[in-house]
Amino acid sequence: MAADKPIAPRDWKTQPPYLYPDYKSTAKRGPTRPLLPLKSALAQRHAPVYGQEDIGALDHDLTRNAVRNGVPLGERIVVTGRVLDEDGRPAAHTLIEIWQANAAGRYVHKIDQHNAPLDPNFLGAGRCLTDKDGRYRFLTIKPGAYPWQNHPNGWRPNHIHFSLFGQYFASRLVTQMFFPGDPLLALDPIYLSAPEGARGSLVSRLNLDAAGEPGFALGYEFDLVLRGPHRTPTEA
Amino acid sequence: MAKLIQTPSQTVGPYFAYGLTSEQYGYDFKSLFGPVLAEPQADGEHIRLIGRVFDGDGVPINDAMLEIRQPDSRGRFVASRAEAVASGFCGFGRCGTGTRPSRHYWFDTVKPGPAAPGEAPCIDVIVTMRGTLLHAFTRIYFDDEGDANARDPVLATVPAERRATLVAQRQVEPGGVSYLFDLRMQGPKETVFFDL
Repeated sequence: MAADKPIAPRDWKTQPPYLYPDYKSTAKRGPTRPLLPLKSALAQRHAPVYGQEDIGALDHDLTRNAVRNGVPLGERIVVTGRVLDEDGRPAAHTLIEIWQANAAGRYVHKIDQHNAPLDPNFLGAGRCLTDKDGRYRFLTIKPGAYPWQNHPNGWRPNHIHFSLFGQYFASRLVTQMFFPGDPLLALDPIYLSAPEGARGSLVSRLNLDAAGEPGFALGYEFDLVLRGPHRTPTEA
Repeated sequence: MAKLIQTPSQTVGPYFAYGLTSEQYGYDFKSLFGPVLAEPQADGEHIRLIGRVFDGDGVPINDAMLEIRQPDSRGRFVASRAEAVASGFCGFGRCGTGTRPSRHYWFDTVKPGPAAPGEAPCIDVIVTMRGTLLHAFTRIYFDDEGDANARDPVLATVPAERRATLVAQRQVEPGGVSYLFDLRMQGPKETVFFDL
């Protein structure tokens, strides 16, 4: 299988640095010394084991997976796309975990002190496996912007957190999906920490057809590219 | 065809707990991975791995998340979910540092065997947190494997004065065997992180 091949190297031109002064928390938390190369043995080892039986029937539907006495407030959206490697090959049956704020910009997390309402019918966490073509689909509520303490009157753009494994231990990716046309993107140090030529890939695309049923939800498409098997040009 | 661009990493942020470590933090959402890698029936020496993650000021971090991956006590990586269910050992764990006042993470697992001849037993680690835009990889070796560590090809690539940052300290207590492994993101004893 593909994972018997060593993983393609990380393309550092697409990744943010560990130390990024505009995102102040990096100053005391980012490693300061050069990373040491690790021989390929580790790169060949597979990701954790899981299966469709681990995924609940409503895990992909954040509008229904935590309801108590009604339905969550906010703008219903479908987020869908594919998980691929750099050569465009699908990452099949890989786990995607997401979490996000509610429509008012409030996280369920107990340490979130933002004075915006919680929604009794919305947790904001979901997961699914990609299909054989690498495709995934979530139904959720568009998250609100929220303030943070990084700089005076700083606000994070609307975003959804994504966590993926891929086929290798080293293909792990934790990232954030943003929304097109958000004026906060140009002011957000986290988004701007990704190199200019790569950060645009963190912004989803509006696609009204992506939601399926007309008149039900806005559709956003978001593809993700993980490190896959290393291929030489003649194999690609 | 032109290669696609690897999606940039972004920080996990401070609020990952209800999504990634929900059961540990008491949220009503099933966790796929938690701090327990080995059920009581799993073969091997049962150990607890425990430690803290320190920032550049030496303050223990309360919103970091560790993920670990290791082979079983015979050095074999778990190949399937069915195998994990049958053996009681799943090979992968996840723990946040925000549920204990002391900011410790912990994993209940078995001591791994060497994954290949000539390699020392070790555990692979991913650590991420608010304030890291990209997760970091490191490795945990064991201080009671001195001979194997001395021959290990990966440890050999680490400058001698930094190797100790990768070695967990064995502690035998009435409750069982534990290994202490702290991570330091910065400072004179900054943990060795790998590019893989």
